[in-house]
Amino acid sequence: MSDVKITLAEVEHVARLARLALGGDELERMRSQLDTILGYVEQLRRVDTAGIEPTSHVLPLVNVMRDDEVRPSYPADAMLANAPDPHDGQFRVPRILEE
Amino acid sequence: MSDWTRLTIHETVKALRDGRVTARGLVEAYLGRIARLNDTLGAYLTVAASSARAQADAVDERIRRGEPLRPLEGVPLAIKDVLCTRGIRTTCGSRILDGFVPPYDATALVRLVGDGAIVLGKTNCDEFAMGSSTENSGFHVTRNPWGLDRVPGGSSGGSAAAVAADLAAGGLGTDTGGSVRQPAALCGVVGLKPTYGRVSRYGLIAFASSLDQIGPLAKDVRDAALLLETIAGPDPLDSTAAGEPVPDYQAALGRGVKGLTLGIPDEYFVTGLDPEVEHAVREAIRVLERCGARTRRVSLPHTDAGVATYYIVAPAEASSNLARYDGVKYGLRAGDARDLVPMTAATRAAGFGPEVRRRIMLGTYVLSAGYYDAYYAQAQRVRTLIRRDFERAFAEVDAIVSPTAPTPAFKIGEKTDDHIAMYLNDVFTIPAPLAGVPAISVPCGFSLTGLPIGLQVIGKPFDETTLFRVAGTYEAAGGAARRRPELAPGPGAPPV
Amino acid sequence: MSLGWETVIGLEVHAQLLTRSKMFCGCATAFGAPPNHQTCPVCQGLPGVLPVINRRAVEFGIRTARALHCRINGRCRFARKHYFYPDMPKNYQISQYEAPLAEEGWLEVEVDGAARRVGIERLHLEEDVGKLTHEGGVFETASASLVDFNRAGVPLMEIVSRPDLRSPGEAAEYLRSLRTILRYLGVCDGNMEAGSLRCDANVSVRRIGVTELGTKVEIKNMNSFRHVRDALEHEAARQTRALGRGERVVQETRLWNPDRGVTVSMRSKEYAHDYRYFPDPDLVPVEPDPAWVAAIEVDLPELPRARLQRFVAEHGLTPYDAELLTGDRALGDYFEEAVRVHPNAKALANWIGSELLRELKGDPAAVTTVPVRPAALARLVALIDEGTISGKMAKELFERMVRTGEEPDAIVRREGLRQVADEGAIGQVIDEVVAAHPGVVGDYRRGKKQAAGFLVGQVMKATQGKANPQLVNRLLAERLGAG
Repeated sequence: MSDVKITLAEVEHVARLARLALGGDELERMRSQLDTILGYVEQLRRVDTAGIEPTSHVLPLVNVMRDDEVRPSYPADAMLANAPDPHDGQFRVPRILEE
Repeated sequence: MSDWTRLTIHETVKALRDGRVTARGLVEAYLGRIARLNDTLGAYLTVAASSARAQADAVDERIRRGEPLRPLEGVPLAIKDVLCTRGIRTTCGSRILDGFVPPYDATALVRLVGDGAIVLGKTNCDEFAMGSSTENSGFHVTRNPWGLDRVPGGSSGGSAAAVAADLAAGGLGTDTGGSVRQPAALCGVVGLKPTYGRVSRYGLIAFASSLDQIGPLAKDVRDAALLLETIAGPDPLDSTAAGEPVPDYQAALGRGVKGLTLGIPDEYFVTGLDPEVEHAVREAIRVLERCGARTRRVSLPHTDAGVATYYIVAPAEASSNLARYDGVKYGLRAGDARDLVPMTAATRAAGFGPEVRRRIMLGTYVLSAGYYDAYYAQAQRVRTLIRRDFERAFAEVDAIVSPTAPTPAFKIGEKTDDHIAMYLNDVFTIPAPLAGVPAISVPCGFSLTGLPIGLQVIGKPFDETTLFRVAGTYEAAGGAARRRPELAPGPGAPPV
Repeated sequence: MSLGWETVIGLEVHAQLLTRSKMFCGCATAFGAPPNHQTCPVCQGLPGVLPVINRRAVEFGIRTARALHCRINGRCRFARKHYFYPDMPKNYQISQYEAPLAEEGWLEVEVDGAARRVGIERLHLEEDVGKLTHEGGVFETASASLVDFNRAGVPLMEIVSRPDLRSPGEAAEYLRSLRTILRYLGVCDGNMEAGSLRCDANVSVRRIGVTELGTKVEIKNMNSFRHVRDALEHEAARQTRALGRGERVVQETRLWNPDRGVTVSMRSKEYAHDYRYFPDPDLVPVEPDPAWVAAIEVDLPELPRARLQRFVAEHGLTPYDAELLTGDRALGDYFEEAVRVHPNAKALANWIGSELLRELKGDPAAVTTVPVRPAALARLVALIDEGTISGKMAKELFERMVRTGEEPDAIVRREGLRQVADEGAIGQVIDEVVAAHPGVVGDYRRGKKQAAGFLVGQVMKATQGKANPQLVNRLLAERLGAG
């Protein structure tokens, strides 16, 4: 049996970090699928990258900035038009119990 | 009455200027064809009939008043549903954005419409552009016009199918790992991924920010050049949209390939490559040689690591870009609305499909504490090696030619259970976005069963001109007139 | 602090920058707009949007970094910091992580007469989050909350000190000095109550002599200098007591509750925040041009401590007066302008510190708009020094100057306020007063010295307050002494 790349506990932890509700069977299914994919991408660990810089940007651009000028904001109703629960000009959300 | 929907963009522009057809007449022709065929093909998610008609009427008014006509005046286009269109529903092929109507236009749309183009509608795609077959759409399947039991490719399958089936004069897709080029190849149309930073990403709903680019899907190479000229160029709203000036791409088309050296990469002609694809591509290379191009072998040694690199970098960035979909400000809000955290978790689980959920999980994992260096940082280092492969090759050659996809269109449902097999569809298209270089796919033949095959040409950064030279020359020399898939026989005929 | 124990404190300060527009978009930063009226797709985190860096925010960051003697990094980048919270539109905050704008500086702080350098670990830029209000008022019992994104995207500068502070008093002094510098630089208005300057602390305790740091606790919700001092004192005592009882200090975040005077644990989950930082692919690196940095440095104003030392050395002020005048850049500017007109530094310091400050109702920055301009105040002091008016008269004059903005000389001329300094004239009035009050004079001569005060008062009354008081005292004493 090939060695396990990711455990159920790790999947639960990642699901919490990603705010994805995965119930019962789904957790194991996800674990198995991630396990397969991680098994595939493992090959990268064997590539010799000593002394190689990571590519965060493919372009050699630096210092792209804008002047400190005020531009017109969007009308509030345009910003709230897609809100699931607009209330008093604000976005209403259910009870935030924890951080 | 001629079938105006068969025209390319440049032919359409001429027909409108010559007064042979009105903009409204053109839009009605396309809308009629869409009405007859979209149920079967599933290319469009949203058909913007009334706004298209209104835009067409405005164009006809300009023509009537003798106002100067803009380069794309009256041209009806299909826009992939990951691009924000003000006032038109934009879903990214996802239930989590069902009902979302953007209050703003993507810069690419502003430029197209500013040049006179008309938005016919928003096309189907793999959810959040994640996929190679459009089967991951949260809404419906898109069928390949060349074989209704076949996938159109992905993620821009809807736009590719629309262009192939003459449901638009041209279209826009987006390419992150091959999502313009691969569907172009599978649907027998032209598709281009520009150099990273060539086209503004403002308004392109992000999948993988360091890879995403908007690209044209077109009936011929000239159309692709025309569309790119319109959308390319710096944008103050996108820090990554480079300040490189936009050349006259259309001028490149007539320049031929004499004096160019084309590289044939060893690593792209290996096992897994369908023999018919190989045959068609090698034949296309011979045509280019006969036109005066030199060819030589090149090596891109890290090609094999490309898919793995991509499937770490792209999901990582996607997990970050998709964090904003939480049921608070827009889109779906599902589940138990009493407490925020369960509401968000339920919304995301219900709104995102299985492939998106998988990639979010994978991306979150590879960025998480303890794994960042082994996975994400390592993948970005391998990415540097892939970039260097291209830099070394381009010191010897002007462009690289290869197959676009390893096989012609596969059957719907054939690869949905084997994720790795699905990912390997992108093996030839993934390296270019990792390196940030441009690449084009141009039709180069058909399989024995009549499915399209695409030739890919990869170029140096900001050298789309050479791509257009090679693709344009090949297209002109390729001989056969543009083939059309057999769908509805034409206007007036009974619906398919 | 209990004997044998040492408190170790590090402060993390967030300063809202005084740019006109937000960090990554052009929306205004001005306070007070109705909810969600100062937003756009970018700061609301709509699908498809991209950030673009505000150059002035970077300039303010460089300015502050150099004032704090930090090294500006040759290449810095922005990173995404991930966590889910409804006031964060993208559910990640664009901040800086591995390559911040500046590092390794220091700030000199004076406590109990001794000056010490407090290390600054890093200074970086990030975007602020929106504002949450809770239906029903209180977070713990609200059934729903409301989000306003006006504040989302406002530029923030985060300054992290080394854990070099050794007492709550020192921490408060560090914060006060930092705030003054930020205001001098014009990069932040330093209003803790309004939230434009926020402070969190990391506190641990250890036995004196031990070099290892104890378990640190993060303290939040301190909204004033007072809170900072009180919260840190309470927390240090709490930790010392716990350790003294043999208990462990738990690494956690605690909120200061000013009403109850205690820090309260924010019930932490089993898993800590994993922010999953990675360089933001939508933003390219910032490599501050050395010429730009040099130009910013050249433009730095004289900083508070340097100015204070110079006021003592050059103008002979007491440290107390110098500290008062350098507490606000505008106040010090006012003083210097006044002293250039009339070099009585001590008197001007007194006038500014008492009469003028009272006029400003505790807002030193308003000194730029008060009707009494520096030259006018200087002239007022000059008139006293010349003997033209008395100190008491000057106070009335000052009131009038505040009301009308007139020059003192003009008022003196028009109302004939010149002090009477003619010995003969005063002597005559004194004779009249003495003659009119033989009883009081008698009291005085019998030893009741304070009776003279009544007589002085009569002289002042008879001269409508214009007699030079010193002269009156002298002449009266002579007259009374003469029998």
